Amino acid sequence: MTPTDSFTAQIGRWQRNSLLVGIAGVLLAVVAFLLDREQFLRSYLFAYLYWTGMALGCLAILLMHHVVGGKWGMLIRRLCEAGARTLPFMGLLLVPILFGMGTLYVWARPAAMHDANIQSKAAYLNVPFFIARAVIYFSIWFLYAYLLSKWSAAQDRNGDERLIGKMRALSAPGLVIFTLTTTFAFIDWIMSLEPHWFSTIYGAMFMIGEMLESFAFVIALMIILSRKSPIKDYVTPQHIHDLGNMMFAFMVLWAYLSFSQFIIIWSGNLPEEIPWYVSRLRGGWGWVAITLVIFHFAVPFALLLMRSVKRRADRLFRVCLLMIAIRLVDVYWITEPAFYGQHIQIHWIDFVTPLAVGGLWLAVFFGQLKLQPLLPLKDPRLQGAPRETVAF
Amino acid sequence: MFTETKVSGQVENLYGIMAEFNDPESLLDAANLARLEGYREMDAYAPMPVEGLAEAIGFRSNWVERLVFVGGVCGATGGFMLCWWITVVAYPHNVAGRPLNSWPAYVPITFEVMVLIACITAVVGMLLLNGLPQPYHPVFNVERFARASRDRFFLCIEASDPKFEPAATRQFLARLNPQEVMDVAL
Repeated sequence: MTPTDSFTAQIGRWQRNSLLVGIAGVLLAVVAFLLDREQFLRSYLFAYLYWTGMALGCLAILLMHHVVGGKWGMLIRRLCEAGARTLPFMGLLLVPILFGMGTLYVWARPAAMHDANIQSKAAYLNVPFFIARAVIYFSIWFLYAYLLSKWSAAQDRNGDERLIGKMRALSAPGLVIFTLTTTFAFIDWIMSLEPHWFSTIYGAMFMIGEMLESFAFVIALMIILSRKSPIKDYVTPQHIHDLGNMMFAFMVLWAYLSFSQFIIIWSGNLPEEIPWYVSRLRGGWGWVAITLVIFHFAVPFALLLMRSVKRRADRLFRVCLLMIAIRLVDVYWITEPAFYGQHIQIHWIDFVTPLAVGGLWLAVFFGQLKLQPLLPLKDPRLQGAPRETVAF
Repeated sequence: MFTETKVSGQVENLYGIMAEFNDPESLLDAANLARLEGYREMDAYAPMPVEGLAEAIGFRSNWVERLVFVGGVCGATGGFMLCWWITVVAYPHNVAGRPLNSWPAYVPITFEVMVLIACITAVVGMLLLNGLPQPYHPVFNVERFARASRDRFFLCIEASDPKFEPAATRQFLARLNPQEVMDVAL
């Protein structure tokens, strides 16, 4: 018996419900598209970035887990593999953005010809190269998701311990390649919304935020799944504690990188750098920024500092929900001011697109999750206490 | 369960009685049984961390964590006040036309001082609370105890325990299936 058996029906139910939400969202999004094409694309970009980040974060956690080999990763590995395998689907969802490039990106408009600054970047920021790069990113990510899932499935069949070393050998350079590709991808998709502005920490800052949201998502899902046997038997308070620590570390790293970018630009106060923060701290956006400082950093920081929160599944679950929700606000705050300048405008389509993309993403995710047992049962690291020393 | 166990070196001035085990699982079982039996003053020695052993010998909560938190808060407050005092009170200076109290610039210092004070509190607090460094400890009077840092696992029930009674404790430990039970001289 595999642990999947008792869960297949439940995951199938989740998949159906997600699909219903997704279809309802898509119908509304189609209406939105017909009503206001420009606003639809803006809202779609932010929703797309949030949910693609979920999938990318899953791949990042998977790569990291294979390199360091901690036992914390055994419980969430299959969830991350399923998340990483949704990336081809997210590649498909990039198509509306490619068609709307002229609407979304200043540099893709004919008027950009007269802007000397954008012209000097034209060798990189042009439509064909943008599309070619997107194809390259998704090919690399898909290759990693495919190989790691394939070897992981092979391990389920034969329990071959050499596969552990094989997956690690692939993942170590993979982390470097992944960091580079995601940095470029975020420069392309979001940073280039404001083509005059630049920040070198941007890719890392955004990526760590996306990993944080994936951590919150897979931990929350693992906690729900672990309410039932047989997964229940594998989860100890120490596992929950270790996963909580990982989420804590990424939350603090996000805060560290975000503040690093802020302090450098704030100290310099240079006309080519500061506009990014001026449009994100004025006219209502400042309240969003304060919300982020409080609920993306201060509150989870205080909560996750306590052992009593990290060792109790039900408490950690609530912190995960907070992180999943507040990440959406952060992606919104980073993306949308590029369009509106210093005045916050929340449109009803901003609520529709995350539901549409999210519903579809979850449906694909649960579809992938059903394909394999929920735990890598033949991996020797699954057994025993999480802090026990193992050498592989 | 009852095997013949060598009981060696009975002494007059007892610090406690020590049992030696071959593997961590036996030590963990022995510690749990000793707690069930009612012993409270005991210590376990192992060459590597054993999951659950600290709880088994009655470790409940750690004051170091709380001390570190207080240290961190003091450090952060102190670091921030230091920056504020320097830039606003002691040496006011116009930097790029910003207000004197430009708090974003204080954050890195605040953070670093918080980490510094929290770490110092952790090290000093740990040393104060666990009583180290300790140049003399009676357990080293047992010759075999040297293997506690290599491949053997020891449980020592101390004479200060209210339930300690040399003959009975010796018998109790012998029943736990140890390699050997030894008296520890003061």
